[in-house]
Amino acid sequence: MKQSGAVGRLATLRLLAQRFAFVSLVVAAFALMILGKADIVLIERARTTVADAIAPILDALSRPAATVAEFTESIRELASLRAENARLRQENQRLLHWQTVARHVDAENHVLHEHLNVVTDPDAAFVTARVIGDLGSAYGHSMLLNAGSRHGVRKGQAVLSGETLIGYIAEVGDRSSRLLLLTDINAKIPVVVESSRTRAILTGDNKARPKLNYVAGNPSISVGDRIITAASGAAFPPGLPIGVVASTTDGIIRIEPFVQRHELEYVTIVDYGLGGILPFEKPPMPERRRRGADSGAGN
Amino acid sequence: MKPSVWVRMDSWVRHLVPFGVTMAMLLLTAIPTHMPGLDGIVPMLPLMGVYYWAIYRPDLLPAWLAFVIGLLHDIIAGTPLGVNALVLLMVQGVAAGQRRFFLGKSFLVAWWAFGLLAASASGGTWILVTALLGRAIDPSPLFFEYLLTMGLFPLLTWALARTQMAFLKEA
Repeated sequence: MKQSGAVGRLATLRLLAQRFAFVSLVVAAFALMILGKADIVLIERARTTVADAIAPILDALSRPAATVAEFTESIRELASLRAENARLRQENQRLLHWQTVARHVDAENHVLHEHLNVVTDPDAAFVTARVIGDLGSAYGHSMLLNAGSRHGVRKGQAVLSGETLIGYIAEVGDRSSRLLLLTDINAKIPVVVESSRTRAILTGDNKARPKLNYVAGNPSISVGDRIITAASGAAFPPGLPIGVVASTTDGIIRIEPFVQRHELEYVTIVDYGLGGILPFEKPPMPERRRRGADSGAGN
Repeated sequence: MKPSVWVRMDSWVRHLVPFGVTMAMLLLTAIPTHMPGLDGIVPMLPLMGVYYWAIYRPDLLPAWLAFVIGLLHDIIAGTPLGVNALVLLMVQGVAAGQRRFFLGKSFLVAWWAFGLLAASASGGTWILVTALLGRAIDPSPLFFEYLLTMGLFPLLTWALARTQMAFLKEA
């Protein structure tokens, strides 16, 4: 009788301990959310460290997946071979025309540069990385890449696919980094409309087509206008193509990016020697940037 | 008689299976599929794993492991840290708390209960992320995500049941 009482008490104690552990885990989850909201360096470092640890596994897993994707893609291509061929022929004709124009303009540009003694842009350094993780969800548009600070990747650097801007680096670990796509709800990029040079801010909202906000002046923006990066904010070099205006209904202008998310397999991380976009911060002053770079090298 | 080292190691490895399988499901969802139209929509596989093991072997996937899986989910997906940890923790808590109700019931009951839990998990995540971001997110991909998850549930449950039969027969 006595013994069973002791066992019962022990069971109650164990149940209490379990309840307590559960409640403390709930509290820990809320604490993490609040700490993460405060943008603490420690949280970010913890994130990147864990991402670094998982990166090799994801890297290995994503390779066969890419092969399967290539296979299905090639089957789809076979099906539309004729139509695609006709389209390419037409496009080739058009591009040949543009090539002549470009050659002419290039030669003219060269002569003008020499006349005016223009300082040429410095050559940009770049790293090519593979997309290894894409937990594409409704909550954010970001991807894990298999290059990190040991490969020269730094926060805020522009990420291109071909010649097109697709996003920037939001977090950097030692051998992995997080690419924040332009469509992410946290992404904001200064842009201009190519034809009218109208300034605006490209704001993502987790949809496939980001919005054009804070349009300067009262210009007429029509469907099909090309959107390129602006020089303002010293974040990215001006003139990188982003996309075209897809719709302008109800005063909301939406942009169709040149590159769709599912097409991304290899991306180029480019260092233009500019400050880059630092999320939630003003563009840094030159002295501060140098200091940041020093401490980065020291780590 | 004490079991030999090998026997103990064997059972130790077997007991890691639920966590390992659920982790594998998480990594599986993170693989880029490169499929047009499917980007941005992934089934909630880790949720299924946590749900299944919470009912059939809650001793091998306790609350703290569900919490760890949720944290890893947050880190891979880039969602605010703690959101999925809390959601998976809650799912584990509710499913493990009601497991007596499930044991011996038909598969349809488990499916129906999972539907309710997945809907609240999805809604809960949406509310948490919206509150943390301070802006409402477009919920329409969530419906597709939910439907895809519900559609995959029988297949995944079958696979998980086979795994349990293969590795954890003693229970």
